[in-house]
Amino acid sequence: MNFEFTEEQIMIRQAARDFAKKLEADVIERDTKAEFPTQHVKELSELGFMGMTVDPEYGGGGMDTISYVLAIEEISKVDSSISVIMSVNNSLVCWGIEKFGNAAQKEKYLPDLANGERIGAFLLSEPEAGSDATSQRTTAEDKGDYYLMNGTKNWITNANCGSVYLVIAQTHPEKKHHGINVFIVDKDTPGISLGPHEDKMGMRSSDTHSVMFTDVKVPAENRIGEDGFGFKFAMKVLEVGRIGIAAQALGIAGGAYERALQYSKERKAFGKLLADHQALAFKLADMYVKIENARNLCLKAAWLKDNDKPFGLTSAMAKQYAADIAMEVTTEAVQIHGGYGYVKEYHVERLMREAKLTQIYEGTSEVQKIVISRTILKD
Amino acid sequence: MKILVCVSNVPDTTTKIKLSGDMHSVDLANVQWIINPWDELALTRALELKEASEGKIEKVTVMLVGAKSAEPTMRKALAIGADDAVRVDAEPLDAYFVAGQIAGAIKDENYDLVFCGIESSDYNGSAMGSMLSEFMNIPSVSSVSKVEMDDDQIVVNREIAGGFEVVVPELPFVAIVQKGITKEPRIPSMRGIMMARKKPLKVVEASGLEALTEFVKYEPPQPKAACKMIDADNVAELVDLLHNEAKII
Repeated sequence: MNFEFTEEQIMIRQAARDFAKKLEADVIERDTKAEFPTQHVKELSELGFMGMTVDPEYGGGGMDTISYVLAIEEISKVDSSISVIMSVNNSLVCWGIEKFGNAAQKEKYLPDLANGERIGAFLLSEPEAGSDATSQRTTAEDKGDYYLMNGTKNWITNANCGSVYLVIAQTHPEKKHHGINVFIVDKDTPGISLGPHEDKMGMRSSDTHSVMFTDVKVPAENRIGEDGFGFKFAMKVLEVGRIGIAAQALGIAGGAYERALQYSKERKAFGKLLADHQALAFKLADMYVKIENARNLCLKAAWLKDNDKPFGLTSAMAKQYAADIAMEVTTEAVQIHGGYGYVKEYHVERLMREAKLTQIYEGTSEVQKIVISRTILKD
Repeated sequence: MKILVCVSNVPDTTTKIKLSGDMHSVDLANVQWIINPWDELALTRALELKEASEGKIEKVTVMLVGAKSAEPTMRKALAIGADDAVRVDAEPLDAYFVAGQIAGAIKDENYDLVFCGIESSDYNGSAMGSMLSEFMNIPSVSSVSKVEMDDDQIVVNREIAGGFEVVVPELPFVAIVQKGITKEPRIPSMRGIMMARKKPLKVVEASGLEALTEFVKYEPPQPKAACKMIDADNVAELVDLLHNEAKII
């Protein structure tokens, strides 16, 4: 057992921390205006974070999942709109294509996705199928050379900035989830249109839209895996995605905790520092323990994946626990700040809004508990 | 053309410095080490010049005098983009010692331009760059805030009172650089970090040179005296205190 990071992992964490420092200057303004961080994403790509886990053979950074957790955590301490763009691209889209795509698909799409030239989006949720992913209504009718795609996808991160879509759609409704397929779809294919930018509670500068498919012809060679592989693909990819979102929740909690800690050492009330009031010092202690627990779960999930061991249960635990404690920790951070915590200038209210989403997307906390309980009850 | 960038391994600038009980050493446990910020700017500028030089600058080397424990700092410099690194295996005792060791280690290398940060953020001696140029018997330009390449010449701006002067020194020379030579230090990219694994990091023996200074002890600054507030209307009390208590009027 070894709890030490390697020199390289420490260097990556520091690089992410240095990058995150630059986000502070305009994060509040971008959040308020729900403005996409074009320039920051460009730099994120140049630094190689957008494809940091992709094999160097395809132009990626070839970094391990532990490094990925550290990078996402540091960036999320400041701005989760940025880390979600990076997380979807790395763990859902790039990993999905790299792990399950064929040689031609990897060669065509991975290099551009790894260097940020193109950004990926993962289209699973529908107006009536969110966490309940088996009830796909988007159809992909097998026409021989191509599939004819019709339907609507909801809450799609990177829908506008992204141009490589991984779309989950039903080909054989009678086979239920065994009839689902996954396709790589170029956004500029005729018949694809976007709904308006969603006016979200948090992560406001990431770009979220619904996507409509009307008689979209998807070449047959763009299907990933065997016919009917789509549902399994989505479940596998989400196992990895959960590590990214767990790390994001961890970072949000950490960012709020660091601000609360700092504030409690500066602000006085009733003649002494906030930190010297036991009621608040105990809050900080509780926050610290929760964050440490969440970090250990995230890193364990990452370690299991890096060592080719089953990680689905641990990534579900990490995601559920980190998301739930992020909500608790950010709420307490606002409480420690008092009135200042309720205004934008002090960042913690924004972190609290961001935390909420980590309990919802890429499988709600309740869905994670389904995964966890089914796994532990199976034996 | 070849550029050498001299780097120091220093405690992170936010480190809370703790002294040992006998005031003879700094407690270095749990200190995070970084590239001296001025050296990091110098390295960034050297790489920018190389990238814009269309092949005229072939190589940027970083050099450090220090123990093996300083190697993570050197690998970070390689990850940022330096082509290779050389470590002189010795504790950096003082500026004279460091300058002498570097000069000895590079005497056969023919670097055209040597970058040094104007000071290091640990002891802030501001002496190494000038000493190095003396050891090498080449010119040095201090307080450099801009470095440009013009054909085969290096043009530098040197800060002086009220403005700056533009200098075109004969190569090779030592440029002692300060803030302003580049916008911000470069963050290593994932690719850079990956490539750093394979870049050469050479270790050379130290020469027999000895330090010129002897370390005696540390002394922390006097703690700030408590501030006494006097009502603005009470000038007489202020004068009385300044005269009888502070004894400065």
